[in-house]
Parts: sequence; C-alpha cells; structure tokens
Amino acid sequence: MKLDLKKLKLRKVNETLQSIDSKRNNKNYTILNPEGNHAICVGLTDDIDITVKGHVGYYCGGMNQNANITVEGNVGTGVAENMMSGKIHVKGNASQSAGATAHGGFLIIDGDASSRCGISMKGIDIVVKGSVGHMSAFMAQSGNLIVCGNAGEALGDSLYETDIYIKGKVKSLGSDCVEKKMDNKHLKKLEKLLKKAKLEKIKPKDFKRYGSARKLYNFKIDNVSSY
Amino acid sequence: MKKNKKTFPRQSWTFDKYTNSEIRRAAATGIYDIRGGGSKRRLPHFDDLLFLGASISRYPLEGYREKCLTNVTLGTRYAKKPLELEIPITVAGMSFGALSGSAKEALGRGASIAGTSTTTGDGGMTPEERGQSKHLVYQLLPSRYGMNPNDLRKADAIEVVIGQGAKPGGGGMLLGQKISDRVAEMRTLPKGVDQRSACRHPDWTGPDDLKIKILELREITKWKVPIFVKIAGSRPYYDTALAIKAGADVVVLDGMQGGTAATQEVFIENVGQPTLGCIRPAVDALQDLDMHRKVQLIISGGIRNGADVAKALALGADAVSIGSAAMIAIGDNDPKWEKDYNKLGTTAGAYDDWHEGSDPAGISTQDPKLMKRLDPIKAGKKLSNYLKVMTLEAQTLARACGKNNLHNLEPEDLCALTVEAAAMARVPLAGTSWIPGINNK
Repeated sequence: MKLDLKKLKLRKVNETLQSIDSKRNNKNYTILNPEGNHAICVGLTDDIDITVKGHVGYYCGGMNQNANITVEGNVGTGVAENMMSGKIHVKGNASQSAGATAHGGFLIIDGDASSRCGISMKGIDIVVKGSVGHMSAFMAQSGNLIVCGNAGEALGDSLYETDIYIKGKVKSLGSDCVEKKMDNKHLKKLEKLLKKAKLEKIKPKDFKRYGSARKLYNFKIDNVSSY
Repeated sequence: MKKNKKTFPRQSWTFDKYTNSEIRRAAATGIYDIRGGGSKRRLPHFDDLLFLGASISRYPLEGYREKCLTNVTLGTRYAKKPLELEIPITVAGMSFGALSGSAKEALGRGASIAGTSTTTGDGGMTPEERGQSKHLVYQLLPSRYGMNPNDLRKADAIEVVIGQGAKPGGGGMLLGQKISDRVAEMRTLPKGVDQRSACRHPDWTGPDDLKIKILELREITKWKVPIFVKIAGSRPYYDTALAIKAGADVVVLDGMQGGTAATQEVFIENVGQPTLGCIRPAVDALQDLDMHRKVQLIISGGIRNGADVAKALALGADAVSIGSAAMIAIGDNDPKWEKDYNKLGTTAGAYDDWHEGSDPAGISTQDPKLMKRLDPIKAGKKLSNYLKVMTLEAQTLARACGKNNLHNLEPEDLCALTVEAAAMARVPLAGTSWIPGINNK
C-alpha cells in the first residue's frame, strides 16, 4: 500500500500505520514524498514493513514497537528515539541524537551519524557503517553501539553499561570511558550484530571495545575533576 | 582595676549558626550539601498579599449557600480530550524512586477522591499509580527513565519537563542507596548506582525543536491528550511565550519554593525566582499572545492553603499544583516520628535528606520496613481531605470578594503588605494606590 505525503496529511499516514488490523490490512507500506517531514512513522506498534522513499525530518520511527522501517534517504534529529523494539534501517546519513534513549530494537545507519548518536541509550543495538560525531553514547545505559568508521570527541562520556565497539579512530574518550579487553564473549556478540546488519565481511577482531570504568557510579569528592 | 561590664554575646547576622554549621560540614566532608525540598529562605510570597473583600462597591456571596465554581478544564487548545478537573489544585510530578510505591499510590488515591490529577515523575509510571489515579499526567523528562510508549498512551495528559523551580537549569541525582531492584529495573541501570537525571533533553534543543517534539508526542497519542510544558521560574515571560509558540496546551510554571527530590542546597537557594514574581510576567506573555485562558497556566512552588490558591488564581493562573504540601498531607515530617528524626540529626519539619532513603515517614524511601509505615489508603484519604479544605478556603475568600467562580478572582481583589510584593504582584501597597513600577502615586 502506498501512502503519498503530497496527497495525505501526516496524521492520516501515521493513523493508517498505527491502526493495523492484522487480518484485514496489508503488512507492506511505502511512504512517498516524505520531503523532510517530521514525526513520520512514530508510535507504531505492529510488525509491519515500511519503506520511506526519500529524506525525513526529526524523530522518524520515534518510540517504535515491532515495525520494520527502511528510510531510503537521510534522517533528521532523533531517528528511532526511545524505540522499544523493531528495526529501523537508514540508507543515508543521520543527524544528531540517533537512537536517543531507545530501550530496544535495532538501528542501522549506512552512512554517518552526527553528534550524540546513542545518547542515553537504554538497550538498543546501533550499527553505524560510517562514523559518529562528538559525545556519542553520552550517559548510555545499556545496549551496544557499533561504529565501523571513526568516533568524534568525548565518546562514551559518563557511560553506564553500554558496550561500544569502534573500528576506526576515536578522537577522544569522555569521562569514565575506557578501552576494555575484547574477549571471546564480546567477539561473538559483535559477530552476531554485524551479521544482523549484513556486514559479515567486517571482522570483529578489527574493532576495539570501550566501556565504563565505573569510577563515577557513586559520587566521590576525589573524582571531582572528572565531573 | 575595675573589670569592664561585658555586653550580651552578639551572633553575626552574616555568619549565623546555620551558615557556620554549613562551613564546618563542608570542611569536614569536602562535599556540597544535597537535600530535597525547595527554598527555605524567607522570600516574598502569597502571605504578603491580602484580599480586600467586599464593601459598599462590591457585593459578597453567601458562604455555604451561593455557588462558587471550582472546576477547570486543562488543555482546551488542541487536545481532543482535555483534562476536566473538579478543583483547580493538581498534584505535581514526583518520581517513583524518589518516593515509595505506596506514597505514589496514596497521591493517586487522594487526588482521585478530590477530583483532580496527579503526575508521574522521573522513573516512569507504576501500575499502582495508574490504577489509583483517575487523571494521571505522564512526565517526559530529560533522562527518559522508564519512558514507555504504552504508558504514554495510558496517560490523560503529557508534561514535557524543561525545568523545576528548585533547580532551573539543573538535573537531579538519585543516590545509589535508594536504587532498589524495582527502581533499577524501571530505569535500566544497575542496582546501587547513583542515577543522574539529565538537565537537558537528549533529542531537542530550543523552542523550534520543542515544537517538533510536541508534534511527535501528539502523533503518538493521536492528538487526544493535552501536552503540558513545565518550566522553572527563570525567565517566566519569555519561557511562557516560547512554550506557547511551541504548541503547549498548558504551561506549568514552578517558582523557586517548588521542591525537588535531591539537589545541591546552593542551587535550591540561589537560582530562580520566587513564585510570586513569576505569575504576572507569565500572564503578560499569555495576554500578549492572546492566549490567556486558551492556554492554561498552572502555578506551583510554595502553595500551602486555600489563600495561596485564591491569590494565584487572582493573579491570572488557571490552576495550581502542590508537591511538598501533598507530601506533608500524607505524613512527611510528621512530629509523631520525632525520635527517628532526632536519630538522623534533624527534627520534624526540617527533615530534607530525602535522597538518603531513610525517611521515617516511609514516603521518600525504598526501604521495605519504612515503606510499611505508610498506609496508602489512609494517606490518600488525608490528601483528599486536605485538597477539599484548600478548595473550601479558596471558595470562602472568593465569595467574600463577590465571585461565583474561583476563576473570576482578579488582581483588583488584592493589596500588598510590602513594596516587594506590590511590585511583583502588581497590586497596590496596602493603604495606597501605589504599584511600584506601574504608577508612582
């Protein structure tokens, strides 16, 4: 089923995708002429496939549950913000705060992601084929951030329990973020996630793992220079 | 030689006993003081205003007989289902985590009996709270702890929190000792870890972004429920105007007497503006944009009784919100726990180490033994009683001013006891027609 944003209002498009009757409705949707519109495909709950033909604005796929969304273009701020489950595949680049606070699901970005990719992430797995900007994984709590390119300044600042895997260079690490040993358990997890992103040719052993030193987990005056 | 007679020992006003104790505490620990609650310093407040009452030129209404309406509708601008409340007093956001599950349940029960709303907080929505709250406002906070679209759709309104009166521009900290298994799970963090509540949202910056964020929330909830924007008493004129521009249905404005679960003492006492000084600038913004009474204004921060409610409404608010007062109503700082407060080095009425999780009243704690001290049904009843008393008090004052609706109260019904209050509330100093900054008569 095709939903043309030149002919339909955003509310109608989202209403259609938010009101799926599994017995009656199609499971495949194409959104035409997104033209940078914001809040496309937000609040979806059903296991449906959607292809967005073009660039989108802010919060595409926001708070997604179960839906499989592919964007054939670039995405604005906060793609997949607070996603709970499902999958979002961005074939272009992503603006800032991709996957912000997301509790689950899978986000793949074929291009680069700007600053604060994975900020406060709470369980999502994010694979960026290109590079990520500064302050990525800031205060990230859980889940995995995998970057095949480089990472900008202050990677993983004030990190909690997210695992970060970077294949390229890291400009600088943020407070309490340290390089950690890559053991077999992590290599297997990384292999699985790369496979899920159809990146089987990339070798897990080429990545470095970063995580929390856990020194800032409880406030101590001796750490005041880190805050 | 004759000894000079000594003068009475004189304490310094600048270095008073509290100040000296704080210097000693800082020197001993090397850590700034963190506490709960709002500003404790003397500030210009509603006590500095008086109602004039009826006279030859004003006709009063009969108490207990003639009607004085109290209901308010919040979210009339865009929401398909605005919040219809019986009284203009709501219960402010307080988190599960900062408060126990039974305390949250008590707040929901009390608010529901009184016909008003309660609000979640950082840490998400608990089933106890949703189950017992007829009208529940779901907060979208910077940390997004426990933020879940299923809960978002269960909410009767959504409140985008930008600031809190106790700490404009500041985040929060829930110390590790309050992180029980349940709190940790809801917040997706390990047990025992200090949890920072971020000071700014992770996916938007500024009013233009906020407009898009509000659009997203409306799309997720199918434009059904009102969107509140909560701001601190920082720059009330501009922040109210920008919230309106961004599409808010309701602006919640929290002055510096508004409480917090935990923040630095230096922050609480030195950042933000008193509630009294925030109302008129916010109403100016609403009126300048022709949005007064179309976008509703909720005032919070130090609301304690029906007089405060009536005065806030007279200055242009549509409703008020209570947090600290609601906690006191359900048992916080009750003298019956005095011995326990003493053991903590404090006294009933002054206990504010809510972040430490040792609350003798069983409210700001996750300790199962202490939590048992609070019966949510009895505590809920106390809150509803208190809300009803506040409403009756406000009605009494409104009738005395000849008003058959609390919302008909107006600045003209008031005078001020101090020059400061007269300037902030823009009502005449008692016995004069002088409103500092407005006229010089």
